Amino acid sequence: MKTAKLSIPRTLAMAAVVGAMLVGSSPTVHADWQPPAKKRVKKEKEVAPPTQAQLDALAKLAVARKLTPDDLMAAAKTYMPSGRIDDYILFASGGQSGSVFVVGVPSMRLLRSIAVFTPESWQGYGFSGENDPIRERLKVNGKDVDWGDTHHPALSETKGEYDGQFLFIGDKANSRVGVIDLRDFETKQIVKNPLTISDHGGMFVTPDTDYVIEGGQYATVLGNGYAPLGDYQKSYRGLITFWKFDRATGRVDEAKSFAMELPPYFQDLADAGKGPSEGLVFLNSFNTEMATGGIENGKPPFEAGASQRDMDYMHIIDLHKAEAAFKAGKVEKINGFSVIRIATSISDGLLFLTPEPKSPHGVDVTPNGQYAVVAGKLDPHVTVYSTEKIKKAIAEKSYSGTDPYNLPILNYDAVMEAQVEVGLGPLHTQFDEKGYAYTSLFLESAVARWTLGGDYAKLHEEQPWKLVTKTPVQYNIGHLCVAGGDSASPDGKYLIAMNKWSIDRFFTTGPLLPQNFQLIDISEGGTTMPVLYDCPMGVGEPHYAQMIKADKLKPWGVYPEVGWDPQTQAVEPGAPAPGAERVVKKGNQVEVFMTAVRSHFSPEHVEIDEGDHVVWHITNTERTMDATHGFCIGGYNINLSLEPGEYERIEFTADKPGTYPYYCTEFCSALHLEMMGYLTIKPKDYKAAAK
Amino acid sequence: MSGIYQNLFGPRVPANELESNRVRYMVPTLFLSLARVLLLLSLFLPYWHMSLQAPQYPNGLSVTAYVNHLTGDVHEIDALNHYIGMRPLEEAASFERAASVWMIIAMVLLVEGAAFVHSRWAALLALPVVLFPVGFLLDLSYWLAHFGTHLDPKAPLSSSIKPFVPPVLGEGSVGQFSTVSSAGAGLWFAAVCSVLVVVALYFHRRAYKPLHDRLAAATPTAKEQPCAS
Repeated sequence: MKTAKLSIPRTLAMAAVVGAMLVGSSPTVHADWQPPAKKRVKKEKEVAPPTQAQLDALAKLAVARKLTPDDLMAAAKTYMPSGRIDDYILFASGGQSGSVFVVGVPSMRLLRSIAVFTPESWQGYGFSGENDPIRERLKVNGKDVDWGDTHHPALSETKGEYDGQFLFIGDKANSRVGVIDLRDFETKQIVKNPLTISDHGGMFVTPDTDYVIEGGQYATVLGNGYAPLGDYQKSYRGLITFWKFDRATGRVDEAKSFAMELPPYFQDLADAGKGPSEGLVFLNSFNTEMATGGIENGKPPFEAGASQRDMDYMHIIDLHKAEAAFKAGKVEKINGFSVIRIATSISDGLLFLTPEPKSPHGVDVTPNGQYAVVAGKLDPHVTVYSTEKIKKAIAEKSYSGTDPYNLPILNYDAVMEAQVEVGLGPLHTQFDEKGYAYTSLFLESAVARWTLGGDYAKLHEEQPWKLVTKTPVQYNIGHLCVAGGDSASPDGKYLIAMNKWSIDRFFTTGPLLPQNFQLIDISEGGTTMPVLYDCPMGVGEPHYAQMIKADKLKPWGVYPEVGWDPQTQAVEPGAPAPGAERVVKKGNQVEVFMTAVRSHFSPEHVEIDEGDHVVWHITNTERTMDATHGFCIGGYNINLSLEPGEYERIEFTADKPGTYPYYCTEFCSALHLEMMGYLTIKPKDYKAAAK
Repeated sequence: MSGIYQNLFGPRVPANELESNRVRYMVPTLFLSLARVLLLLSLFLPYWHMSLQAPQYPNGLSVTAYVNHLTGDVHEIDALNHYIGMRPLEEAASFERAASVWMIIAMVLLVEGAAFVHSRWAALLALPVVLFPVGFLLDLSYWLAHFGTHLDPKAPLSSSIKPFVPPVLGEGSVGQFSTVSSAGAGLWFAAVCSVLVVVALYFHRRAYKPLHDRLAAATPTAKEQPCAS
């Protein structure tokens, strides 16, 4: 039995290896994290076309509900059966709400809000009591500021395309930048611009998100300084700030960021060049008149004073050279922040102006980077600049003069490529992949589709640089948005018109009416561009939005591990773990280690004394999607949203004695009402009643 | 001494006999080897699945048992089970799970031994492997019954969920959940292994019984007789 003899040692060795592998690696139950959602491999069901009887019933219903065939088509294009997920996700600024809104397209369903500059109780954003890191972060120059005016969201880009990793949002009221991580849709950082108090032109990103651009607006004395308005031209300055973004940490690096001093025009929206224009940054301005208002003194009001000249100045910045100047130390520190002075911009050739008509509101670079389009607001044209001609004019010093601050003005005729008359009040432009541009017309309440020329001319049948059609919108459109419409690869199926007035579109909800997002189908070329759907936004006044294909986002369904601190995006080592719940009291310092799981908190009794200072840690140990728990203490302004796996910390001084039932504020389970406990705070003068 | 040896390990095959009837003696050994490989492979494969469906779990929940650990939605199933007073799954069969890898390795070695033993004792050595899949299911049934019928009477839902025994294989239901239990690839491997060992024992007997009988009626004849088949 040669075979048998030989195979004994072989099997032994094999068994030993196998045994070591199994015993060594996993002898216990794997109760830990599983990937949140098994991949939704929902098989697309084949759908049979409606029968004649069903069509007849549909026709009858349409007549009864006064729906035209176009209405039926619009409904069919937007309706999402239960359980079907939208193809696109829209991130809209939330204006005075200080939030960002997430909307599914084409259904136009509001999916959630993301708190950024305003404390928000559902998300437990800024409701963790004393020393709340979020409240600390929201302070402006040491003062509590509990709101923001979010204007322009910018999705992070890789090679000029949305990569779905981060969203940046600017706060116009306080010149701040919010950084949102799109893994958990939560704000991770707020950066305050130390040079000025308000801005407008933020955020815009460079093609690889090396820099997040914040354009200024109302000129001030930089660094929160003071000068009388009479010294406006001498002492007030405009601004553009380049925030360095560190993708690895997911944070803006303030030390590696810099700003450029600009003349006291009202700088506005910006856009970064891409492709052939990568390295250039374009920035609008108005009030090159440098009007200072004073209607009460019989002077022209700003609205008139800032609108006298037929041309304002587009600013063109050579970002590579500006970065080099910053790195070479050619900066001044103002309020601790690096600023490139105008004189350096002139001597190093960092900044050029060129005329743009008139009080414009939006400069947008075409997807191929060859053109920058300026919408004239008070001029019925969009003006198209060739980025190649701009580079040539800079190289050849083709100047038509200088501005009052000695900045060179590029010869308008040398850089202008085309003008297209689109209508009254053009504001903003987005692009599709079919060679069309779309410009919002505020005064006309319409969206204009017009053709691009140059390399784009072969993509469409119409003449280049010509208006194709206009679609009326309801009413007073501000920004507009096409998926990827400012990126290198737009996806022009839908356009969202972001209308400021809704007037008669919805039920009158008192004198304050919602805004109206209108969904427009731009999938067909030519003159076909129907409105499909009205979406009321009754939660703030959005300005701009960016839209991304849903499958480019990779959000977490639950936090990756139990004890996860969303602020650090890592496991908090001190997070309470199951079995280690406890209340630790040292003198009047109390520390509570609590876990939350359906349907109980542990511990359920926290008995402390008046005057105790409490630090309270909670971990939601759930691993199931949507098994979110809340935690509130009434009277102490405390409410948390504890998403599955999340760790949170609260802190308060127990200065109001009494009995405080704490409970779960997010309906979690059949025994949600029972998910509670008692915090008792014994008064200092308490004496137990005699038995 | 040689008698006891002969009794325990059976006769050795003479070299010329092995030469002339190689297939006859190779077949049981081959079957036993294949069985050993399958059983070792089964260590890496799931033995049992249970999937659970309920309205609020559109993707369902599932738990998969390997011989030494559980995977799947164990955390969530435990979270739900606590409402009806069922103990955490990790507490089930902890001895079996701790011992299983060594038990299977031991069984593999016993089968190895069976190939070497040319007597009826080979069947005894192979017996654990033959019974293993049935034993696994019986043990699993025991734990399912034990867990399902030893619910904490003070649990929140103890009044609405009566003690129950989920089927070890097939469909069942509890509360809003419908369950489907099925054998995993590992258990199928173990079952095939069991069959292979039985088949191997048949050929084993067919090869060595005549040899044994012939040697028992030992004649001093030097000439080898061909084996009766």
